[in-house]
Amino acid sequence: MTKVDTHNSIPEKHDGLSTESRSDQFSKGNKLELKLLLRIIKMGFAHRYRMVIAILATAGASIFQLFIPRYVGDAVDNAQGLLALNNSATTNAEEALFFAAFMIVTLSVARGLLTMLQNYHGEAIGHCIGYELRVAFYDKIQKLSFDFHDKVHTGDLITRGMLDLEGVRMFISTGVVRLAMLIVLVGGATALMITNDILLTFLALSFVPFVAWKSSAARLRLRWLWLLMQDRLGVITRLMEENLNGIRVVRAFTAEKYELKKFDIASANILQTAINRVKVRVGSTTVMSFSFFLAMGFVLWIGGQKVINDEISVGKLAEFLAFMTILQMPVRQIGMLVNSFARASTCGSRLFEIIDRVPNVYDTPNASELTIGEGTLKFENVSFSFTKDNRKVEVLRNINFSVGAGETLGIVGPPGSGKSTVAQLAPRFYDVDSGTIYINDQDIREISIESLRRFVCVIQQDSFLFTASIENNTAYGNPWVDDDEILSANQASQFHEHVDQLPLKYKTLVGERGVSLSGGQRQRLSIARGLVTEPAIIIFDDSTASIDAVTERLIRKNLDESSHTRGTIIISHRLTSLMHAKEILFVDKGEIIERGSHEQLISLKGKYFELYQLQTRSGSNGVSLKKGRADC
Amino acid sequence: MNGVIKKSSPLKAVVGSQVSQDEEMFGRAFDGRVIRRFLSYCKPHTTMLLTAILSVLIFTSTQIAFPLVILYAIDNALVKGKLNEGVLEICAMIFCMLALVNYASNYYQESTVGKIAEGVLVKLRRDMFGHLQRVSLSFMDRTEVGRLMSRLQGDVNALQEFLETSVFAIGDLVLLFGIVTALFVLNVELALLTLSIVPLLFIVRFIWLPRARAAFIKAREANSLANGALAEAIHGVKTVQGMVREDVNSELYNKRAKQNLLAHLRAAKFAQVNVPIVDTLTGTAMAIIIVVGGQQVLRSNLDLGVMVAFIFYVQRFFDPIRSLTLQYSFMQRAMVSGQRILEVLDVPIDVADKRDAIKMEKCDGTVEFSNVTFGYEPELPILKKLNFRINSGETLALVGPTGSGKTSITALINRFYDVWEGSVSIGGYDVRDITQQSLGDHVAMVLQEPFLFTGTILENIRYKKANSDLNAVVSASKAVGAHDFIEALPNGYETILEQRGANLSLGQRQLISFARAIVADAKILILDEATASIDSYTELKIQRALAVLLEGRTGLVIAHRLATIRGCDRIIVLNKGEILEEGTHEELQKNEGLYARLYKLNYASFDDAST
Repeated sequence: MTKVDTHNSIPEKHDGLSTESRSDQFSKGNKLELKLLLRIIKMGFAHRYRMVIAILATAGASIFQLFIPRYVGDAVDNAQGLLALNNSATTNAEEALFFAAFMIVTLSVARGLLTMLQNYHGEAIGHCIGYELRVAFYDKIQKLSFDFHDKVHTGDLITRGMLDLEGVRMFISTGVVRLAMLIVLVGGATALMITNDILLTFLALSFVPFVAWKSSAARLRLRWLWLLMQDRLGVITRLMEENLNGIRVVRAFTAEKYELKKFDIASANILQTAINRVKVRVGSTTVMSFSFFLAMGFVLWIGGQKVINDEISVGKLAEFLAFMTILQMPVRQIGMLVNSFARASTCGSRLFEIIDRVPNVYDTPNASELTIGEGTLKFENVSFSFTKDNRKVEVLRNINFSVGAGETLGIVGPPGSGKSTVAQLAPRFYDVDSGTIYINDQDIREISIESLRRFVCVIQQDSFLFTASIENNTAYGNPWVDDDEILSANQASQFHEHVDQLPLKYKTLVGERGVSLSGGQRQRLSIARGLVTEPAIIIFDDSTASIDAVTERLIRKNLDESSHTRGTIIISHRLTSLMHAKEILFVDKGEIIERGSHEQLISLKGKYFELYQLQTRSGSNGVSLKKGRADC
Repeated sequence: MNGVIKKSSPLKAVVGSQVSQDEEMFGRAFDGRVIRRFLSYCKPHTTMLLTAILSVLIFTSTQIAFPLVILYAIDNALVKGKLNEGVLEICAMIFCMLALVNYASNYYQESTVGKIAEGVLVKLRRDMFGHLQRVSLSFMDRTEVGRLMSRLQGDVNALQEFLETSVFAIGDLVLLFGIVTALFVLNVELALLTLSIVPLLFIVRFIWLPRARAAFIKAREANSLANGALAEAIHGVKTVQGMVREDVNSELYNKRAKQNLLAHLRAAKFAQVNVPIVDTLTGTAMAIIIVVGGQQVLRSNLDLGVMVAFIFYVQRFFDPIRSLTLQYSFMQRAMVSGQRILEVLDVPIDVADKRDAIKMEKCDGTVEFSNVTFGYEPELPILKKLNFRINSGETLALVGPTGSGKTSITALINRFYDVWEGSVSIGGYDVRDITQQSLGDHVAMVLQEPFLFTGTILENIRYKKANSDLNAVVSASKAVGAHDFIEALPNGYETILEQRGANLSLGQRQLISFARAIVADAKILILDEATASIDSYTELKIQRALAVLLEGRTGLVIAHRLATIRGCDRIIVLNKGEILEEGTHEELQKNEGLYARLYKLNYASFDDAST
């Protein structure tokens, strides 16, 4: 299997992806992109031998099929024309009949076998391309950096990776192969018929252009309606999903009627689109059949007159009618063909937009491996900003700190202060705007991302767990780890006790088909997952928010025992989580406004002190729930 | 072990789920109960349906008639010695008129059936959705949303496939029957000989079908597994990169994609193996007609036209068989889906309005629990003979460890469930005696997780009262301190909340849900851990909002932060469904019970001390 050709078009580097609905995109960009289609065909030709077989089989099958009417006609003539003749002629006629029958069987078998080869290899090429695109898409998704994923909806990526991929994959079998077949069939039939009678040929083919036009026009309209339908089904899906997830709110507000009204509006839209689709589809298919039968009627009439006038034989007339039957199907499928081209073109552009993308965070050409040494992480004058709606929003300004092995740094601050961004910069999920981050005096932009991230582990706020066993989830960062290490990591994160109660223990599946874990349990599992990688620097990004304070204290105690070789950063809005840190940074609006140990910050009587008061009993008499009531 | 890259294949790694999520399967092709229920859905369309079936019959008859006209033309106008003046013209005209009838009946049947099918589907989906709005919450608690969604979508779609093609199935059957009849009427001997190959087709199909189906199912499963793994990579990409799993995942995914490829190649083989068989059989049938029929024609035992008609019929003979096989599997799938849809439609409604339920116009805001026993599982009561009363305008705090029954109390006030024993009354009425709609008018709720809906902020705030004007919404937002940040958004109150407000912070979403509760303007307000998962800064804001919110209302506050609890008029400490202590903050402190003990420990939250 060859690698996907990823160097064909110029990679785009603009922010985000188009956010219009697919039906909008389709109605707008309804022109075929030749370059794109050629790229897909080129991918098909990489499977040279399959492609050659498919093409030859297509040609062969069509030609064999075209000769069947001829022998049918001959048979009819042989059976009929010689009625009046004597016995010896009858034997000749019988022989001719046998020959025609033999030829028809042979041609049918050959045609069947070749059609099989044509369809099979056409589809096989599609599946091979699909496989290559799948793998390329998957790899690219994994490699694109956080800034990309921040901007793109997961649903959009899933649509591209599944639906659009199908559209490209089907192009070879439903587009290219079918087009080849159509050309050979119509061309061949015309050539064969025209030698018999020009006028009849013209009549027999008269339905072809009409059906071709009708079929493709309807197809494009149907495709647009299909996409519109998907958009509208998306609306109702979202509506139902939200309703069911928020059923308590719906019930508490007795909003059932309101919800049903919303549902009915969405539903009416769907019904309208659905009925439109039926109309367009039925309108075109029936009129296509009509034109075909009408043409047949004329062939019968004019052809019949020619038979009466002895210009052609009855067999020839039968041959014409048989030709028409053969052509009917492929001509009616022209719509599918056009659809296939349109689909490949829109789907392809959406798919390749991702595959051709270049990640914004990447290894420098001669990135070296990180050497950890003392393992000090140092932020020097770090500033960072996000681009949002084409505006730069400063998130961090002039951040300076360092954490050495065995040390703990706490970062606290109001929501949106930028404290979590620190956790994202250390493993280089984003690149800093200015300033430098060093680990053991190496600029992190000059070492390989892989080695960097092996040393710096962030336990994220919203821990994503995978549909796999607890064991596999724990071992996510190091799948080669042995059972003892998994056990000790889960013991350290206070998760083992819970796992031990489960019937399947560490083999228990997490997620949809397995156990559902509470927020606190998920966080404990994700801490264990982080510990297994034995990082030199571990960053807890609000990752104990759902764990109760007592358990958190136990986890911290367990970690303290093993953390003299490790630098620890704790980011939290709960002070009890980080009060013990050697240094605590209070971050507000992207800047460090207070720093020091807990005691120092308390005696400073600034923002930190204020927060401390809010979170302890002494500060809790701030607000009474009743206006006008004296506070107790 | 830091940073050591091991080359052996990873033992403890997978991508995506190992079991296909695809619930689809094949069942019996016919289930009387399902059919009967769905026929009742067609009832409003009976006339349309009958005319549609009639036009299917007309349509099929024209299909069968076309070769007959050709036959007649050949035998009566074209064959030498039988040249009759004008017959050809009449035949051609009949042919064209048949084409017209064919067109009209075809158009009518397809569009009518399409319309009926779409109407039935929409109605079905609405009935399910409407039913889910009324079934008891204990059913909703037990059932995953994903499962219900697959009923509402996947199963409805499976029915769509079936309904849209069901009439063609009738047409195909009639066509098949019609062709066979036509053949026999024309010439019994030739018909028998020609049809002698049909059993062969059935035998081949019989051997082929189970294998092919297994291959198709396998391919579909492989596809859903590969797609599942891709979806997982997309959702969990940040973890993947943080944990440096890219290479391991690529390798595993590559394997999975390859399995998918092989499964599809195998399925494609099975699908295509049919083609030469059908072609060979068609060819053979034609050969039989030519040899046997031709000889009979030669011996003047058969009219030439009949032979030609036979050839045309045989060319069409295999189409209905092929599409009937397809429809058979649609039907099997539809029956399974139908059963699953009926499961949803038949979930009993436990909590319903009494026939003579009163519409409570005014409510003084009192809440009374007398002797309430309630639980979710039989024999496992959560609340035990509970008695308490909240006076009009009073704010009561419920405190207690997880599982003590706090949330059940709020659910009972809303009558999400019915009590086992005793009674819950608001405003002096037993909640079972008043309509659920009017009960809802007097009770509003703020939940721990601020659940918002996709739509504008305005729509969300006036969720309960869709016709309240902007002023009411703005003043509610101002009251809870949400106005400033809403105004700062690019479109203010018209800002669209995407994915349930993912573009706002948790605290902001909670403030909006507070504003929503204010606009609902209910006499009784329930706050179920409304501040639990919020940072201290937003919490302070929300504390202030709470004061506004509770003004002039009866409040029931579930909280575990002492700051919230202390401000309430009265506190009930709950343990295992029973009241442990009750009184004001001061009284409870004097009491020296659990509350006083926890308070002395200087914890900011009850949860902190729960173990």
